[in-house]
Amino acid sequence: MLKRFNLKAWLLLLPALSLLIAFTHWPTIKSFWRSVTWARSDAAPAKFVGLENYEILLEDPVFWKVLENNFWYALGTVPTSIALAIMMALWVNSKIRFTGLLRLAFFTPTILPMITVANIWLFFYSPNIGLFNQLLAMIGVTGPNWLGDPDIALSSLMIMTVWKEAGFFMIFYLAALQTLSPELFEAAKVEGASAWRMFRKITFPLLMPTTLFVLINALLNAFKLVDHLFILTKGGPNNASNLLLYYIYETAFSFLDSYYAATLTVIMLLILAITALVQMLLIDRKIHYR
Amino acid sequence: MLKVEGLTRRYGDITVVDGLSFHVDEGEFVALLGPSGCGKSTSLKMIAGLETPDAGRIELEGKDITHLTPGQRKLAMVFQSYALFPHLKVIDNILFGLQARKVAKDEQKRRLDSVVELVGLQDHLQKKPGQLSGGQCQRVALARAVVAEAKLCLMDEPLSNLDAKLRNEMRSEIRSLQQRLGMSVIYVTHDQVEAMSMADRIVLMNGGKIEQIDVPEGLYNKPQTVFTAQFIGSPPMNIMHSTNERLGVRPEHIEIAEQGRPARVVSCDYHGADTVVLADIGEPEGKSEIIKIRYPGHAMFAAQQSISVHWRAEHEHHFPVNQ
Repeated sequence: MLKRFNLKAWLLLLPALSLLIAFTHWPTIKSFWRSVTWARSDAAPAKFVGLENYEILLEDPVFWKVLENNFWYALGTVPTSIALAIMMALWVNSKIRFTGLLRLAFFTPTILPMITVANIWLFFYSPNIGLFNQLLAMIGVTGPNWLGDPDIALSSLMIMTVWKEAGFFMIFYLAALQTLSPELFEAAKVEGASAWRMFRKITFPLLMPTTLFVLINALLNAFKLVDHLFILTKGGPNNASNLLLYYIYETAFSFLDSYYAATLTVIMLLILAITALVQMLLIDRKIHYR
Repeated sequence: MLKVEGLTRRYGDITVVDGLSFHVDEGEFVALLGPSGCGKSTSLKMIAGLETPDAGRIELEGKDITHLTPGQRKLAMVFQSYALFPHLKVIDNILFGLQARKVAKDEQKRRLDSVVELVGLQDHLQKKPGQLSGGQCQRVALARAVVAEAKLCLMDEPLSNLDAKLRNEMRSEIRSLQQRLGMSVIYVTHDQVEAMSMADRIVLMNGGKIEQIDVPEGLYNKPQTVFTAQFIGSPPMNIMHSTNERLGVRPEHIEIAEQGRPARVVSCDYHGADTVVLADIGEPEGKSEIIKIRYPGHAMFAAQQSISVHWRAEHEHHFPVNQ
């Protein structure tokens, strides 16, 4: 007999589903609704304004600036941290001494909360007493104002992000590397393949499922992780290091414009959904060999 | 063409391979046979260059290759797990080595065509290993080794992952392929049937040392040690103890006859073509001494039944007591 409505299955789904609906789906729908309404204040009744908020958004130079920043931020941090993660994983996976210590060293930045990391790096980056500039002073170079100079503030953030993220991604690569059969590499060695050829033709392709996973996570993080902005730059100077999510926060809680914040949120959700979808569809097809 | 001298490998205090010396002639099929843990796979890996020997010397065609990298030795190898690259198509798996060694494209194609025909993979070249059966994977691994046209091909228990029927097929297939192409092969196995049926010569190892090097008939007919005597043949050779020597007689050489040494039946194991009879030839009141007898056909002896056993003097093997 075919049961149309399987009560037990729905009951089992209920806890997860209710949480998801209450804290993800419902707020999403509400944000979307909010983005097409407007009111003078939160106390006043909101009225439907259609796409007016989106027209404002298109003409908002700060929106375009944070979008551009976020684009460079993603481009600067994602490939770098992935490449570093692979290199570190290969290194700590090889037969050398002290691998345990090395793994711990690479993983430490990941254990720290972003706020802690930002505070540590604030000390590194400080113009006069900072570690970097003191080191530079020792070789007679006057260091830049890492966080105060609009031209390099965003890059400074990127360096810190790569430092924080690469160790985390390394763990995934390390786990993947350990599942690969050593006989594959023995076979390749007997066949006369060089180390570079083995990496290019065997290791890297076999790590592709991990790379896809890490890529999606890294890209999402590039949009999601803004904790360090609160400590380091607050998006400044003059929005030079501002990112989309931080701008949403500012709009909602500093400028108290929850309707425009909702509009920005919808745009951010769209960007994230499209990125994930494109990656799943395009790359997923190429890497499944099993 | 290959000469191994005093090859030794230690892991900490344990010596896994202890002074291994043997040689392989051009076009010869040599089996490294032994129980698991006897160091045969480690020996093969040292010849391949995947393990570094602690002592000893490996010579290929008169050239010392002991310290060359695996790639520089230009050998071919078939692994127990096949070690096929799961993300590459069959054709790319086979050509992997030729591409790595930068062999010219038309030469690659010529070799590929001939090897694919040899092992019968014409219809599977564009598939991934995951889409193939165990036997087909085995053929791809074999093709990858043959296509290299290496001076020496190393095989590490290549048939142990196949089922019994396929194993028998592949056994004769590998042997005929080797004979047609005149390949020199070192074949590691723990299966005496594989070694006896395929090899020109067998290097029998035990505990990291060589027990005996001989042709299959030699190992069977003239075992030099009790270990060899009991390792080769099924059921293993009976060893009877007396004060000044140990006497060995194979179960298939013992007859149940009208006259001879008196014995009492313990039990019978029916195997189809023959029956293995366990009999006690010890003194009736003394210590029991159980021997196995291979009796053609279906024997029906009751337990404790009295029989007489007999064997010819030429089938006796004599070993010293303290060997």
